[in-house]
Formats: sequence, C-alpha cells, structure tokens
Amino acid sequence: MMRKRRSTVISRIFLAVIFIFLYAPIFVLITFSFNSSKSRTQWAGFTLDWYAELFNDASIMNAFSTTLLVSLLAAAIATVFGTVTALGFYCLRKRWRSPLMAVNNIPLTNADIVTGVSLCLLFVFFGSRLKFNLGFGTLLVAHITFNVPYVLLSVMPKLYQLDRSLIDAAQDLGCTPARAFLKVTVPELMPGIINGAIIAFTMSIDDFVISYFTAGSTVSTLSMTIYAMTRRRVTPKINAISSLLFGAVLVLLIIINVREIRQEEAKKRAEAKLRQGAMQK
Amino acid sequence: MTSKTRFLSIPYVVWMAIFVVVPIIMVVVYAFTAHDGSFTVDNFRGMTDYISVFGRSFYLALIATVLCIILGYPLALVLSREGPRLQRVFVMLIMLPMWMNFLLRTYAWMSILEDTGLLNALLTKLGLPPIKIINTSGAVVLGMVYNYLPFMVLPIYSVVSKLDRRLVEAAEDLGANPFMVFLKLIFPLSLPGVLSGITMVFVPSVSTFAISQLLGGSKNLLLGDLIEMQFLGSAYNPHLGSAIALVMMIIVVICMYVMNKFGEGEETAVVL
Repeated sequence: MMRKRRSTVISRIFLAVIFIFLYAPIFVLITFSFNSSKSRTQWAGFTLDWYAELFNDASIMNAFSTTLLVSLLAAAIATVFGTVTALGFYCLRKRWRSPLMAVNNIPLTNADIVTGVSLCLLFVFFGSRLKFNLGFGTLLVAHITFNVPYVLLSVMPKLYQLDRSLIDAAQDLGCTPARAFLKVTVPELMPGIINGAIIAFTMSIDDFVISYFTAGSTVSTLSMTIYAMTRRRVTPKINAISSLLFGAVLVLLIIINVREIRQEEAKKRAEAKLRQGAMQK
Repeated sequence: MTSKTRFLSIPYVVWMAIFVVVPIIMVVVYAFTAHDGSFTVDNFRGMTDYISVFGRSFYLALIATVLCIILGYPLALVLSREGPRLQRVFVMLIMLPMWMNFLLRTYAWMSILEDTGLLNALLTKLGLPPIKIINTSGAVVLGMVYNYLPFMVLPIYSVVSKLDRRLVEAAEDLGANPFMVFLKLIFPLSLPGVLSGITMVFVPSVSTFAISQLLGGSKNLLLGDLIEMQFLGSAYNPHLGSAIALVMMIIVVICMYVMNKFGEGEETAVVL
C-alpha cells in the first residue's frame, strides 16, 4: 500500500517536471509579449502596445493572411483530392495499390528538408523553362503534395470498414449509384474525411521547412517571417500574434473537450435510465 | 462502386509522378552532375570535407532519440494509468505546444538559456554558479528533445493505452512481478509504438537546420544547415546540396530498414 502511494507521488512529480519543460518557453513567450521594452530577458513593465501595433504591421499581417489562405486552400483541396483518390485506390487490385501507397508514403517518411529541396529543384528547373516564378502557386502545390498522403491514410481505413451490403441495399431500394454514394458511402467515411482535413490543416499551418524552399522570395508565411526575424531580432509583436493564436487554439480545444465530456455524460445518464427502466419491469 | 471507380486514382497517380517521383529523380540527377550538366562524382568526393558534420548530425540525433525514449516511455505509461478524464487532459496538454510556432518556442529557449538569460538569472538568485549552455551541442540536443518529445509520447501512448488490462492481471496471477510484467508483456507489445516514435523523432532531428542555428551557434553545423546553405544560403551549389541530401536520405532509409527488421517487421506503424 505504502509503496503504491510513493510510486504515485513519484509519477506526479515526473509529470510536473515534463510539463514545466514543455511549457516554460511558452510561458516566457506569452509573458514577454506584455513587456514594455524590446528585451527578451529583462522585464520592464506591463504593456498592451505590441498587441495594438500588431495590426498596423503590414509584413506580419500579410504573412498571417498568406499562412491562413494557403493552409485553408491546401487542406480543402487535399481533402477532396485525397478522398476521391481513396475511392479509386480502394477499387484497384492489391498488386497496383501496394506500390502506389508506398509512393504515397514517401513525403511522410522523408525528411522535410529533402521534400522541400527536391520540390525546389523541380520548380526552379521548370520555372525557368515554362516561365513561372516561385510564389504562392508553387507554395500551394507543395502544401497539397504533403497534405494528400495524410488524408488518404485517414480515409482508407474507413473504406475498409465500410459494409458493402449497405450500398447494395440502398440500390435495391431504388437509389441510383450516385445517390447511394452520397447517402451511404460519404456519411460512413465522414469521420475519416474530417480527421484528414484537420491533420492536413494542422500540418500546413505548422510547416516551415517545405514552405521555406518552395515559396520563393516574394511571398512569406508566418513561419518564414519568424525565421527571418530570428536571424536578426524578433519583435515582441510576433510574441503577441503567437499568443493570440495559442489562446484561440486553447479555447477551441477546451470547447471541443467540454462538449465531448458532456455528450458522454448525457449518454451515460440515458443508459443508466434505460437500465433502471428495464429493472423496474 | 463500380469497376470504373478505380479510374478516380489516375489524377493523383499523375500528381505523385510529377511532384513526388520526378523531384526525387532530379535530386539524384543533380547529385551526379556538374554545373555544365556533365556526369561527375566530384560532388560525393567533395563531401569528405563534411564527414564531421555527418557524424555530428547522426550522433546528436541519436542522443536526442534515446533521451526522448527515456523521457517519453515512462510518460506514456504514467499517462495510460490515469483516469480517462485526466488522460484526455494530459494528452491535450502534450499536443498543445505544437500549436505554437516551433521556431518561436525554440527562440524562447534562447532567452532562457543565454549566458545572461532567465535560467542563469534564476541560478544566481538561488546562489548557484551560472551554467554555460547556449551555443553548445547540449543546447541543440535540448532543442531536439523539446520539439520532438510529443512525437515519441503519442505513438507509445496510443499503443499502451489500448493494451488489454486482463493480460497484465493474468501475468500477475501467474506469479510475475511488476518488472517481469513490463519486460515480458508491456514492452514487447508496445514495440510498434516505440519504433514509429523513433522514426518520428530521429528523421526530423537528423535533418533539422533551424534548431541548430538558433541554439547551437556557428560551431554546431548540422546536415540540415549544410543542405540549406547549398540551396538558399551563401554557398550556393545545388549539385553538392543534392548529393548531401541523397546520402543523408539513403543512410536514414538503411537505418529505418535495419530497425524495422530488428522489430520483427512490424508493419502496423502508428500514424497520428
């Protein structure tokens, strides 16, 4: 008994140390977004100036909108593209599907820098021949390329879980194949599709290395702007925008989790009621 | 779903050919050619100057991966033994930092670790001697562990948390002590999670360039820095850069292949 309690204490201390390690830099970042001097280490007093100035900083706001636009577009296109491809792959023979899935996994297992550099070579080589420059277009293509594999990997398992007889049943009952697809297949795949879209969006918004090699010098994502600044000096305005984004994600996650917990509790209550009803009978 | 559905895969097959296969072929072609386009192996010969960089990259990435296992494995185990609601909160807390730009978080470590930084200020307040850590390889490893620890914890956790508790009870009933339960049961079953964790930590660690530039100063050049310099930096030479990238890619693939053989070819890699 004694030993069990001691091991719980040790594991709690371990957890605390890990979480301090994970959150120390975030704490520093957020704290210094309110610092009234530009110093990264000396606290000079509280201010909200950086948050106010943020919205007047054209380069940060541009980078932010580029990041948001490329992430949303790439995630949306990759979701549709990946889902359609998953359907196609599902109907292929295994002999064809296995090597194609292996190629699909290349961007996932390769180091980001190799993916970035290889796409950079491609874009520069064909850009000089077909007269286009690196920019938003190449950035978007690169993001779609590394997003589709995630969508494919999260939709494929749902296809294998799909009960084919449901589709047959729908068609027996008079659905056209297209209607059966929309009314039966798509809803069954939905959790996988949504999951894939979320992963794709997260990967896009988080990416630095691949964007860095494929965006050229005219457009810049938030990560690229931050990287350029870390080479010189980071303005606290960047701390401010990151703190805002972090806060937004935190609120979103809390809302989702609270909703899930509530739904589970409601389900449990309903089940308990049912059981009680059955007992009384 | 008719047999015609399979034609839906054609657009993506074309896409992969153009944006996945052709670029890799281009890396190979660039690695074996000179500026004028003629065949050469000089790019590989020129790489001997950088053997120390190769050594350092793989060495530091290996240390970071081992540290991630040492910290991440117990963390995943501890998490899986908490109540369901706490588990959910803790997993969320592990993923949450990834939503803040990793460059900024690494930059914040700069503020903490600097000679006149926050850590040393704290140490001085406590009456302890200041430590010198920024611009050392230790700081680079710290940055790697910090950034990639979640990639180790989450795959292990997702395997361990699904482990059938009855197996553990059965082992205990048959007289196994906690250590034997771990050695003979939990660890072998969690191996797929560990293997995918190793891949997810080692590959980005060995190829990073931002972490080493921010925390390692100019002395701790890594492979990523070298490649980046050849493509976008001062030493513009995409042919040499391609050769370095190619060799790095091949070494990584061999490492992963050997490791997966070692892990009895577990094909069920855990994908987040």
